[in-house]
Amino acid sequence: MDEEATKTLIVETLKKKKGKSKFYLKDFYKMVPDEKPRAVKNLVNQMVQEETLEYWSSGSTTLIGLKGVGKQAAADGED
Amino acid sequence: MVEFKHKTPLIDQLETGPWTSFVSDIKREHESRMENPKGIDYQFNQECCDDLLGVLELSYDHGRTHWKHGGIVGVFGYGGGVIGRYCDQPEMFPGVAHFHTMRVNQPMGHYYKTDYLEQLMDLWERRGSGLTNMHGATGDIIFLGTSTPQLEEVFYELTHNINQDLGGSGSNLRTPSDCMGQSMCEYACYDTQEFCYNMTMEYQDELHRPAFPYKFKFKFDGCPNCCVAAIARSDLSFIGTWRDDIRIDQKAVKAYVGGELKPNAGAHAGRDWGAFDIQKEVIGLCPTECMSWDGSKLEINTPECTRCMHCINVMPRALRVGLDTGCSVLAGAKAPILDGAQMGTLIVPFIKVEEPYDEIKEKVVEPIWDWWMEEGKNRERLGELIKRQGMQKLLEVTNFKAVPQMIKEPRSNPYVFWKEDEVPGGWKRDINEFRKHHQR
Ligand code: HEM
Ligand code: HEM
Ligand code: SF4
Ligand code: SF4
Repeated sequence: MDEEATKTLIVETLKKKKGKSKFYLKDFYKMVPDEKPRAVKNLVNQMVQEETLEYWSSGSTTLIGLKGVGKQAAADGED
Repeated sequence: MVEFKHKTPLIDQLETGPWTSFVSDIKREHESRMENPKGIDYQFNQECCDDLLGVLELSYDHGRTHWKHGGIVGVFGYGGGVIGRYCDQPEMFPGVAHFHTMRVNQPMGHYYKTDYLEQLMDLWERRGSGLTNMHGATGDIIFLGTSTPQLEEVFYELTHNINQDLGGSGSNLRTPSDCMGQSMCEYACYDTQEFCYNMTMEYQDELHRPAFPYKFKFKFDGCPNCCVAAIARSDLSFIGTWRDDIRIDQKAVKAYVGGELKPNAGAHAGRDWGAFDIQKEVIGLCPTECMSWDGSKLEINTPECTRCMHCINVMPRALRVGLDTGCSVLAGAKAPILDGAQMGTLIVPFIKVEEPYDEIKEKVVEPIWDWWMEEGKNRERLGELIKRQGMQKLLEVTNFKAVPQMIKEPRSNPYVFWKEDEVPGGWKRDINEFRKHHQR
């Protein structure tokens, strides 16, 4: 996998999403359908380490989004 | 007298019952924080406990919660262990505007030394609300309530000074938990603490970096008494068992019958239940009717015994678990959030529990994770996936052979489809040959 290109692809795909800012890991698998889920998982983790992405947690479920995008507290779709 | 900002007539009623109340606990912590006898340099809002009571009172009044759900908080490098909680009335209750929960890995078997407990509490009074939940449903230590800037500080002190890690939360491996096992309990069929610790260390990545469809729990019980209720609460339960005979000390059996030894180690001594009746209380209650007593000798028909522990619990001095010990593995237990509560289903009747536990890791845990991570829907627990795709699919991905012990009830799924390569000769058929003998 070309890591840099995949990272750019992920960031661009996330920027295009309207209304939602936080996604399941499985949504990231779909963005890079040709890669093994495990490789995508590792890349997403790396992007969290690099502070491009960040985790959001309800306590029982974890979602992932672009750092700083969407709300810090509470879930999407609330206003 | 310490003042309380908020009047709390509704939740004060919770203090009037016969039991200790968390309302009284929170009030005590507020008094302690205001009086500050130890001269603590509080890094988190000193009045948080008062505000916590206030927001709860308001919720009781409104019949609605005033907490938002979820948030982006964590410590660097970890995706679990911190759960963001924010109050939706921060002006009214500034002390709990941020009130994040931290999950801390508990010591195996819940063994604490006093100085370790004091260290934990000193840290949490200084950098958090001072309120804890010992222990949460998952079994870990829960620190209730601190602000975002304190998270890294707490994490640093925990890991550097107290030598303790955060636990799991979110879509990851939750803090594994175990019974005290061989450290104190003669029933333990394997070393629960060693195994639990080993699995915690082996799966650090799964614990700290959420990559599962939903939460996943391991629990370790040393025997079928299930003191940590692994069978009901964990996606994979490891329950100690044995496959040889229950060891019988016939002399001790007679001592129970003769009244020299108290049944259940005297646990039912509070009332006079009359003389111990081995026929009624042990033989007659054996669920598989595999025991017999002729007045002088107790016999057990081992192949029928399901190791329910009843007889051993009643006469622990006379009966002991066997010597060929290991564990059973059950999969899929969960609480009712979606789709009803479920107990674990037996998937491995017996497996040896021996360091470095490679067989369990490579043949049980990892194939199941691979399947669930691939096929599980978002927020679908392993038990729900087993229900959706069937036990047969689970057996296929793990390569386990189906055995009669796996059937936990008369079959609830009537369909078992053989695959062609599982049937000798397959089932290619020649339709023309068939029509020669069967009219349309
Ligand atoms: C009338 C009020 C409350 C009732 C009846 C109640 C009841 C319970 C029960 C039955 C459990 C499950 C215990 C277990 O199986 O381990 C629990 C867990 C818990 N409670 Fe409460 N509770 C109350 C108020 C509170 C408050 C005010 C807080 C926080 C300040 C709190 C925080 C927790 C936490 C963090 C857990 C553990 C959750 C987990 O393990 O995942 N509870 N509560
Ligand atoms: C009406 C309000 C709330 C509702 C309906 C709610 C609901 C839930 C649900 C459904 C879970 C998942 C339980 C599971 O899957 O086992 C959960 C977990 C949890 N909640 Fe809440 N919650 C509420 C308020 C709170 C508050 C106010 C706090 C803390 C201040 C809190 C702290 C937690 C924690 C620590 C967990 C456990 C996360 C884990 O599984 O690791 N909750 N809550
Ligand atoms: S589960 Fe069994 S081995 Fe573990 S503490 Fe309980 S009785 Fe003892
Ligand atoms: S352990 Fe249970 S099933 Fe086995 S002999 Fe004792 S009572 Fe019967």
